[in-house]
Amino acid sequence: MTTFLGMPVTAPRGVGNLRGDESFPEAARTALGDAQLRRNLAHATTTIRAKSGRVIDELPDWQQLRDAGSALKAYTMANLPLLLEQLEERVVAAGGVVHWAADANEANRIVTELVRATGEQRVIKVKSMATQEIGLNEALEAAGIEPVETDLAELIVQLGHDKPSHILVPAIHRNRAEIREIFLREMPGVDPALTDEPAVLAGAARRYLRETFLRTKVAVSGANFAVAETGTLAVVESEGNGRMCLTLPETLITVMGVEKVVPAWQDLEVFLQLLPRASTGERMNPYTSMWTGVTPGDGPQSFHLVLLDNGRSAVLADEVGRQALHCIRCSACLNVCPVYERAGGHAYGSVYPGPIGAILSPLLTGVEDNASLPYASSLCGACFDACPVKIDIPAILVHLRGEHVEAQNRPTPEGIAMAAAAYTMDHPRLYAAAQRAARLSRLAGRRGRGLPPPLNGWTAGRDLPVPPKQTFREWWAGR
Amino acid sequence: MRIALFATCLADTMFPAAARATVELLERLGHEVVFPAEQTCCGQMHINTGYQKDALRLVRRHVRSFAPYDVVVAPSGSCVGSVRHQHAMVARKFDDERLAVRAEDVASRTYELSELLVDVLKVEDVGAYYPHRVTYHPTCHSLRVLRVGDKPLRLLRNVRGLDLAELPAAEQCCGFGGTFAVKNADTSTAMLADKMRHVLDTGADVCTAGDSSCLMHIGGGLSRLRTGVRTVHLAEILASTETS
Repeated sequence: MTTFLGMPVTAPRGVGNLRGDESFPEAARTALGDAQLRRNLAHATTTIRAKSGRVIDELPDWQQLRDAGSALKAYTMANLPLLLEQLEERVVAAGGVVHWAADANEANRIVTELVRATGEQRVIKVKSMATQEIGLNEALEAAGIEPVETDLAELIVQLGHDKPSHILVPAIHRNRAEIREIFLREMPGVDPALTDEPAVLAGAARRYLRETFLRTKVAVSGANFAVAETGTLAVVESEGNGRMCLTLPETLITVMGVEKVVPAWQDLEVFLQLLPRASTGERMNPYTSMWTGVTPGDGPQSFHLVLLDNGRSAVLADEVGRQALHCIRCSACLNVCPVYERAGGHAYGSVYPGPIGAILSPLLTGVEDNASLPYASSLCGACFDACPVKIDIPAILVHLRGEHVEAQNRPTPEGIAMAAAAYTMDHPRLYAAAQRAARLSRLAGRRGRGLPPPLNGWTAGRDLPVPPKQTFREWWAGR
Repeated sequence: MRIALFATCLADTMFPAAARATVELLERLGHEVVFPAEQTCCGQMHINTGYQKDALRLVRRHVRSFAPYDVVVAPSGSCVGSVRHQHAMVARKFDDERLAVRAEDVASRTYELSELLVDVLKVEDVGAYYPHRVTYHPTCHSLRVLRVGDKPLRLLRNVRGLDLAELPAAEQCCGFGGTFAVKNADTSTAMLADKMRHVLDTGADVCTAGDSSCLMHIGGGLSRLRTGVRTVHLAEILASTETS
């Protein structure tokens, strides 16, 4: 990566939710032992996969749409500074205020000050990955401001003092009995006779949220898209709660990663076809809200747009990794990933789980802060096939593994073994000798015997193959 | 046709039957097989684990070994995938454009076994006989890197005596993934458990695939559970005849 005078910088430590406490293998071990989680994940991902597959198969031009989405994003990244300035100009012209935040700390400070200036002590929130990424809720709470999540699943996560485990279905790890308990314990004014029927649970959330919508004067949202040409922001959601937040309050503050800008209004045609089919398996998104600055007498009369970098410029500087900024947060890669399906979202530590998280989190923080994530994949390639904007996730995983290895400034046992193996394999006579030595392991590796660490993971659940009496090249030489 | 065999280090060392079967099958079909002895490993394990600098010498060796041949075949979708999609990338990463171009040239003439048979040699019935109930696991790199599609199945459907059982959730990874199986052994084992359950559900005696590595993984699990189901490389099935 090329840097100049310390720029671009990665997302800062000590703030936000891009780094986990444990490595992926450690966190995954806990999750794999959770039968409820495994069942929920297998059921949910299988259902979404099938539904999404059906509506994608209906479109004869799906592959062309993917190509178009990918090309539009590549164009956007190549022209990002110009497009962002154009967006700023149009938003300001339409009565909005634009703020530039270099990182999570700056964004949190800007939003906190904006809320304080209104004199309000509570904000309602539209589901947003960017504000989860920067830890905005924690920052607001520290300033004595109460953030209320209004997306049903985010509300469940928030009331449960929990972390989201899926980009689109943040409470995918919870079952309805657990949700009932959380509501009974945490939801103000909840009916103590609450049952765990989905309609009853949704009804309880609706009553609580309706009252909150009507009493709260400030909303915070993210954005799925921002059109540079017109200064229009767009949020897509399924519940309508987002639209409540975007229309009822007096003040709206939108925090948006800089990569969400698209050049022209017409480009939404492509993304609004790709996103719902790839994410929820719907033909058309249920609630698509768009707004351009402030409209006198209609909706929020004060609009602030916070443009967030938080490591994105550093990602853009990475020739291989920059494709990760094309992501439209559809979670198709999570839903097809065999690793995500078994380990669940919390194992990734960051708010961005699954294959996209395994590349995006280390790209934003620098690979050394999320060193186990690029290895949390068997490189099966299902994510690349599913991605509606054709992000080559396996290639970026391999690239990041290279970055991780090349960043080691001391020799590691693995590095020494790898160098020795490469040297041996580059000398056919040594290689043949090593093959003969492998045969000795006919004794060491016989059935039921384990290997020493770090190879004991293999023998915990699998037998080793017994080396043959004759290698292929010995057989060939003797023909 | 004169065909150079890229045996792969894994088949050469641990699963020579797959490489021998590739030779026997192609010779039975009337082709000449040569084995460039200076070949060792394509470097995929190094590349995918992050040791791309160490892999560079293996890429160079591979390209040198196979440059003189018009057609190269390997009994592995994964190793061919690395040759086709990673070798030039590694060369370019270390600014060796000349090597990258030569690697692309070799890659354009390198085929996985089912690709060679169906696309190049235009044969789907290789005259094999294999009287067993068999299920086929499409390995991830055959499926999603090489896009071999149903070529292996078309070859298997033409094998006399073979009872082909469809594998449920066939396209899901078995959990091998090279060093993934060691670095993330628990997740890998969970993936393997589901793959084995699906294999057992078919009632097959034999699970086949185009990659010795995935078969080593699935076979290691099936053996540990004493299921009695064997793993056999696709080449070995296609090389089998009434007399063998």
